[in-house]
Amino acid sequence: MISVQDLGKRYILRHQTSGARPQYQRLSEVIAANAKKLFQPKSKEQKAAGKEEFWALDGVSFDINEGEVVGIIGRNGAGKSTLLKLLSRITDPTKGRFELRGRVAALLEVGTGFHPELTGRENIFLNGAVLGMHRSEIRKKFDEIVNFANVEKFLDTPVKRYSSGMSTRLAFSVAAHLDPEILIIDEVLAVGDYDFQRKCLGKMKEVSKSGRTVLFVSHNLSTVATLTNRCIQLHKGKLLGDGPTGDVVHNYVRAGLALTPVYTATASPERPTITRVEVISSEESGLHNMGAALEIQVEIETPTPIRRACLSVNVINTDTTLPVQHMWIFDAETPWGRTAGKHRLSCIIQKSHLFIGDYALNVHFAEGPGGLKFDRLENICPFEVQNLGDQRAEYPYRNGEAILLEDFQWEVH
Amino acid sequence: MESHHLIIEAGKSEHRYWRDVLRYRELFFFLAWRDILVRYKQTIIGIAWSVIRPLLSMVILVVVFARFAGLTVEGVPNAVLVFAAVLPWQFFAGAIGESSNSLIVNANMVSKVYFPKIIIPASSVVVACVDFIISFGILCFIMLFNSYMPSPNMIALPLFALLAFVTALGPGLLLSSLNVKYRDFRYIVPFIIQFGFLLSPVGFDTAVAREKLGEYAAVYYLNPMAGVIDGFRWSICGGDAFPLYLPGLAISCTVTILFLAFGIWNFRRTERTFADLI
Repeated sequence: MISVQDLGKRYILRHQTSGARPQYQRLSEVIAANAKKLFQPKSKEQKAAGKEEFWALDGVSFDINEGEVVGIIGRNGAGKSTLLKLLSRITDPTKGRFELRGRVAALLEVGTGFHPELTGRENIFLNGAVLGMHRSEIRKKFDEIVNFANVEKFLDTPVKRYSSGMSTRLAFSVAAHLDPEILIIDEVLAVGDYDFQRKCLGKMKEVSKSGRTVLFVSHNLSTVATLTNRCIQLHKGKLLGDGPTGDVVHNYVRAGLALTPVYTATASPERPTITRVEVISSEESGLHNMGAALEIQVEIETPTPIRRACLSVNVINTDTTLPVQHMWIFDAETPWGRTAGKHRLSCIIQKSHLFIGDYALNVHFAEGPGGLKFDRLENICPFEVQNLGDQRAEYPYRNGEAILLEDFQWEVH
Repeated sequence: MESHHLIIEAGKSEHRYWRDVLRYRELFFFLAWRDILVRYKQTIIGIAWSVIRPLLSMVILVVVFARFAGLTVEGVPNAVLVFAAVLPWQFFAGAIGESSNSLIVNANMVSKVYFPKIIIPASSVVVACVDFIISFGILCFIMLFNSYMPSPNMIALPLFALLAFVTALGPGLLLSSLNVKYRDFRYIVPFIIQFGFLLSPVGFDTAVAREKLGEYAAVYYLNPMAGVIDGFRWSICGGDAFPLYLPGLAISCTVTILFLAFGIWNFRRTERTFADLI
């Protein structure tokens, strides 16, 4: 059981102007600053200018009962990690209180306490001890841990020679066998291969079925949706939503995103300009449901008629900046732009094949080969593709699995 | 099975702390064991280093002090004489050096998982204990080689070893927590150790220092290592050669305990911010 009441964590941000660093300081600076303070006490405004309070988590309250599997969602900086750090007692709260009934295992980062020079066997014992297991307990579960992680052959190999997948598996396995009554997981499932992910999901389900509590934090909405029944949404340190996963995810999708997939510019009196580009995605705020229709609207303004107007749009993957789709409208094929003034174009993609991920546009506007180049816009109109529809059976869709999802059919002979 | 009912409130976590230290006692040894195991990995002669390292530094110090500094006492071999002081000093220097850096080296554990963090610097003092035991073995060997029969005061040696442990733990805790916030201490600590080495009676007899200071002799024992080294010499070389100066020992013990109390207090006070600072 977890009960959180008015929990808050404040960080003090120090600005460069005060001569101190936000993180650790140099001793000389502290001495010098204190000496200065002795002789010229700072006014309140000066103090306020040097320091800034920042509530990473502010007045959050909720109760989680035994056996519930609860997801925590929110954008970067929403306070998810802070909440987990508080619940796992890594830092102390600035205000409020919380109550935990049951043994807690927190998996905030895989392989905490793993030492690269030690062998897998040695690390199992070390990691177990770090997580609060007794030696006898580890010894009893040793075979189970090894089997689950599937590393029998490498037990006496130093962990530094393991692949990252192997050490992840081992780390998860140790933590999963802690038999915690409360399991706190931070996106650990994002790593590791499919088979292992499936095993982890299985283990988590098993854990929750046996009446234990799981708290699961992830960016991956579809994983949250498949795993949890209840969801808590954080936004800028505050609790924004708490309820059935479907509703909360829906709200999150509607309100949580701050992407503006619009580009605007003022027209030039001398030469043709792109004045506006917008991605019309299936949802609000630049969120697009995988497979839905996508529209790209472009508006140009020209003081004079263009003879051979050529415009191209590339959809680029924001992670790699590589183009993944190419759309064009050339005057030679589709006559356009032959008069002065505004021209509005829209490119409709009936069924977008873009896979889960972050995308943006590159738009080029020119007069044709050898002619003038009017505009060259890069990395504009960011939008995000998510799977909001049906989830695939067996393995949920995962970020990074593809960039484009083709329509395909299998024939089994 | 222990019950796991936990209530955390802002600003109140003290009373659970020491119970948790007890609960995590095994981690204490696991960390020490890990550090020992890891230290000589990927070296050709491996664990042999743990003998060679203290042996080499002992040889150098013994040669310097016994041969050139002219520290001699009748009836006690020079090597034993110097070794008796070098032994606790090396332990102290090693323990301070290791523990002051221990939190930074284990930054990952400090910021990612909960357990009483006092275990980290404390376990690095335990690592120094292992070196101490090996060095003690070397001392026994030297005594055997010189066919020197140690004094019956040897029985008290474990007590002084314990005193050395506590003497190292206090400053170790203090420096490790300071190091988290002020990385300057990473560079200051070696100087503290060097300075302490010159102040401590490793190369000379405390009687000489007491004589020089006259009625202020007690001041010398504000350096807690003076008391520890006196105790070691008294145990190993006997009360005739090194009579125990009790007022001095009492002062050293008091300083040690004050240091430990301050170290623990400061560590506890700053510990809650470690994860945010490191």
